Parts: sequence; structure tokens; C-alpha cells
Amino acid sequence: MSIAYQIVVCGSIVPDPLQTLEPVTGPTGPALKNEMMLPAVLDPWAGHALFEAAHLAKSAPGSKVWLASLGPKAKLQQVMMTVAQKVPFELVALDGPAGGFTEAADVAAALADAINAIPGLDKSRLLVFGGWESASRGAGATMQIIGERLGIHDQFQGVDKLTIAADGSLEVLERIEGGIHQVSKCAAPPAVLGWATGNLPEPPNNPQVGMMNMRVVMPALQRAKPAKVAAEGVKFASVTLPKQQRDTRIVKDAPAEEIAKEIVEWISKS
Amino acid sequence: METILVLAHTETDGSLAKPALEAIGAAKQLGGAFVVGLVGENVQAAANSIASCGAVKFLGATGADFKQPRYATDAAAAEAVCKAAGAAIVIAPATSRWNRVLAGVAHRLGGRADTHVTAVTAANGAVAVNRWYYRQRMEAVLQRTQRPWVIALESGCCEAWKGSAGSAAVEAVAVTLSDACKRTTVTGIHAPAADQQTIRPDAAMLLVAGAGWTKTQPDGKAHIAEAEKHILDFLRLTKASLGSSKSLVDLSGEGQAVLPFMTHLHQIGQTGSTPRHPKGLSTCCHGEEPHTVGWRFVNERRAIDLDPNCGWARGKADVLYIADAFQVMAKVNELLAAKK
Ligand SMILES: Cc1cc2nc3c(=O)[nH]c(=O)nc-3n(C[C@H](O)[C@H](O)[C@H](O)COP(=O)(O)OP(=O)(O)OC[C@H]3O[C@@H](n4cnc5c(N)ncnc54)[C@H](O)[C@@H]3O)c2cc1C
Repeated sequence: MSIAYQIVVCGSIVPDPLQTLEPVTGPTGPALKNEMMLPAVLDPWAGHALFEAAHLAKSAPGSKVWLASLGPKAKLQQVMMTVAQKVPFELVALDGPAGGFTEAADVAAALADAINAIPGLDKSRLLVFGGWESASRGAGATMQIIGERLGIHDQFQGVDKLTIAADGSLEVLERIEGGIHQVSKCAAPPAVLGWATGNLPEPPNNPQVGMMNMRVVMPALQRAKPAKVAAEGVKFASVTLPKQQRDTRIVKDAPAEEIAKEIVEWISKS
Repeated sequence: METILVLAHTETDGSLAKPALEAIGAAKQLGGAFVVGLVGENVQAAANSIASCGAVKFLGATGADFKQPRYATDAAAAEAVCKAAGAAIVIAPATSRWNRVLAGVAHRLGGRADTHVTAVTAANGAVAVNRWYYRQRMEAVLQRTQRPWVIALESGCCEAWKGSAGSAAVEAVAVTLSDACKRTTVTGIHAPAADQQTIRPDAAMLLVAGAGWTKTQPDGKAHIAEAEKHILDFLRLTKASLGSSKSLVDLSGEGQAVLPFMTHLHQIGQTGSTPRHPKGLSTCCHGEEPHTVGWRFVNERRAIDLDPNCGWARGKADVLYIADAFQVMAKVNELLAAKK
């Protein structure tokens, strides 16, 4: 049985992980220093979700992938220039803050509304994908609340693998404690899947796909509605950087035996 | 103090795992009265095991439907228990089972959830939590006005409650489940054979292997088999947990010669895990920021790398050995084996 899936991937942007981040107090609460200037990337786990979505869509003819993204319009546009080269999708853009100090519940409300407004949405074919956690808030909350708002109660988090069985049911592998996977079988869509790393490498850039996507990306960005995303009810008493610097002792030119002895002594000390 | 609920689930054998006892420890430390709510196939044994914890009441949502960790049934049970307790503050262990549902449950209750919480404190009756943002790069302390406030407490952050068992009276909480709640079935577990499981969350020691193990060495060749031996010998001798850099686990996706026991589950860092271990030893890993953020909760850190300018040298490790990890680890294993 082949289903033409409607796969909506929820994913936004985060600061490039190689950047040094520093918290500051902004007018509405904590924020990052020079937040709008920091180079951004597609949130990594959401990126994996997008690649998995494209892979599934390819194997199920008639399927379509949307990328629902809530972030500052200008930054979204920058990141989409790269992301659009990877896999085919239609962008659903919402204009609002993408920082970590906002409420997952607000983001979820805006995204769920945007998903509901997709023309021709058919829940019997709907798979809502996203990262199981963002690299900003890192809460693992947004996808669950989107599911609740859409009335989808088959939800999976930390997903590394999705296999469609011959009868159309979904076999899902989720990360659980101790480096193992829980295996579940879900009768049929709709379902929410928060992806971990999955199994696919990042697709190479494909300029043709890029050109096709950008035709839709630009108008979507122009249409992007402002989304109300804040942190009402939350009082941040402090946001601090950890004492990161250790006083590193560097051991150079020592024989391997000596180093090994020192390491074994260290291991044995409780 | 507001009404507190400790919300826990039983394990497959009906017991309570350590994170659940830590959640009780956290609730007790807040100082007020608290209720314990349990979800599982049968919770009596679990309730008995914590009978003397000081809870004013034990609630239980039980039945065969709550044996498997499944979103729809777990969310329904958690929602019902929270409602029955009338709790303003819900402290739950951040297990994979609860992490899957708690934000959804908070939404149903009209409240909010904070996850990956590393401390819960109360000053003058006002509860505050600590949690990290931007993948362990900064730590915030926050309070919120929304209730119920569901707090998912990370394991290893609070003293586990210890005390004697007894006999607890468990009040049954009814949960209405429609057929729609049973569209998913948990069919099993996918795990390496027990003797091949190299991820050991409770190990005293973490060994990280980086991509260097697979790289061409000064003799112009790669030594994968030797690398495999050194790493596995060390794990066998120390019962350490194995972690990896992203580059090493990504190599398999790129079709290069790799260490067959490494998967993405081993990856530590920005897009990997953030395990908790008292000690960590990094080998053949450059110690770049996206990797070392995953070491936030590894207390004592040492690294072996050929490059004196690697990330570990810049305040990320306590000791950095500029040396060949092949040679050092061979000797380390020799010494460890001799001690046995
Ligand atoms: C979005 C994003 C997310 C990322 N997430 C993660 C993440 O979660 N985890 C992660 O690890 N990385 C992550 N990275 C990648 C990270 O930036 C580094 O590229 C990666 O950690 C490098 O891995 P490595 O140190 O093992 O490899 P390399 O950089 O190749 O370093 C290998 C090291 O091995 C040493 N070496 C070689 N031979 C020997 C020997 N015989 N003895 C001793 N030392 C030797 C070399 O000197 C070198 O330092 C991420 C990057 C991005 C952009």
C-alpha cells in the first residue's frame, strides 16, 4: 500500500555552533549578544528531520514536503539560500524571534496554526516531523505541543529510523536510556516524529533543486505573518556562562609509559 | 508552599528507577507536603518501596495499557494523575518515557513544562529551576507564574531518596482511554548484545574516541584493527562508557573504514549526548567546541592528542598529554591488565 504523504517539517534557525555565545539582558528578557549578527544555520536535528522527510517523500510517489519555519525573516532568508539547495520542499514561513529564551508553547501555537492553514491538508496522510530538541532552547517541547494542538496523539521522540511496512503502518525507532532504541508500530498517519540524527548523511548541494525551491521560498518569506512569541510568565533570575576555562596542564615530550602510569593512577583514584 | 506532585512511572519489573527516587529527593528538599503519583501496569510494589518517603498521599494509574511507554496512554495517565492531585507543581524524572509526553501533558492541563532541569530550589516558598540553554552553553535560573508547572528533572542532579519500605495505600485514578490511544504498540527494544553494549550511563569513566583513530598515522598507514583493540580492551578493563566525536561516527555514512561498534548513539556534543560521568578521557579527538559542550557534566577531564594546539589545550581539559594515543593506550591497557 503506497500512501502519498504530506510531511510537514518544523525547523528553525540557530546560531552556528562554532560561534561563541554570550548572554545579555535585552528589553524583553535574556538574549544573545549580537544575536542578529551571528551567522545562523538550520537547527541540526530539524535538518536531519528535513533530510529524512525528503528521503521518504522520494520513496512514496505523490508525497510532498513542507518546511515550517518561525524566525526573523531576514535571517530565515539567509539560511534558506543554503537549505534550499539540499532537498525539495515548500517553505511556510512565520516571522518572529527564534532565540532560546522564548516559550516553546508560543512557537508551537503559531506553527500549529500555520500547519492547519496549509491548503488541502489531509490528516490521514500527515506526518509532522521536527528535531527532537532544538539547539537553542533544547527543551524537546515544541513538537509535542504542536501534536496536541493538531490532535495527533501518536508521537515519537529521539527518532533514528522510520520504516513503512507493506500494510502502511509505521515502524519507529526511538532513542531511550543506555544507548538503545525502543521499537514501536503505529497503525497509520497522522503522527508526530521528533528526529534525532537518523541515518542519512547531509545531501550535497543541488543548484537545480535550489532554483526550484527559491521560486517558492521568496514569496513565502514575503508573506510571512508575524508570530507572537515571547516568554510571558517567566522570570529569569540569571543567565550565566559556566566557568569554562580549566587550568590545563600540558604534558609534552613524556614517554608513553610515564603518561600511561599517570593515567592509570588517575583512573584508579576514586 | 504550593501543592507538589512527584510523578513517576514504574519500570518493566514494577520497581522505581533511581531518577524517580531523585525526584522524590528533590520534592522533599523543597520543604512542603507532596503527593506521589505512579503510572504503570501495577504500582503497589513501587508504592510500598517508598511507603516511608513522607508523601501525604499515593495515587496510581494502573493497568496493562500503562505497561508500555507510549505517548497516547502515558499522556492520558499523567494528565489524570496531575488532575487528581490538583498539583500546582509537578516534579517528574526526565526519563525518555516522561520526556516524550510531559510538554504535551502540561499543555493539556493549561500549564507549562520545563525540561532538562538540573536543580529545583525554593526560597521563601518561591520555586525556581536551573536549566541550560544553547546546548549547555549557558545556565539560567528561572521562575514562572503558569500552573501547573511541570518540571522534568535530569537524573544525577539530586540526592535520591533512601528509606525503608512499608505498605502504602494507593488511591486508584481512573483513566479513560479511547481506541485511538492504542494505535501505537511498543513491540520491543533494539539493542546490541549485552556484552557488546558500550554505552554505560552509570559508568565512573567516559572514554571518548575521535576521528584520529582512523587517520593515517606517522608510518603512512591507518591502523583500524589496532585502534579497535585498544579501545575495546580499555572498555573491558575499566567498564568505562564509550563516546565518540561526530567526525568519527559520520565516517560510516561516508563509506570510510570505521570502527564497527560506533554509532550515532555514541556521539557526544552539540548534536549528540551530554552524559554525566565523574571522569572522562578523550583520545584522538580535537576537542572542538561543538564536541566539548557535550562534556559539560563530565567533572575531571584528560585528553591525549598529537596536536598541542587542539581544543583541549585551551582550558577544556585538566590535563592534556601531547602524545600518540596508540602508544599510550597500549601501555595503559597493559598496566590495567596487570592490576587485575
Ligand atoms: C552543526 C554542527 C554540529 C556539530 N556537532 C558535533 C557533535 O555533536 N559532536 C562532535 O564531536 N562534533 C560536532 N561537530 C563537529 C566538530 O566541529 C568537529 O568537526 C568534530 O568534533 C571533530 O572530530 P574529531 O576531533 O574526532 O576529528 P578531527 O578534527 O579530525 O581530529 C582528530 C584528532 O585526532 C588527533 N590524532 C590523530 N592521530 C592521533 C594519534 N595517534 N594520537 C593522538 N591523537 C591523534 C589529531 O591530532 C586531531 O586532533 C559539529 C559541527 C557542526 C557544524
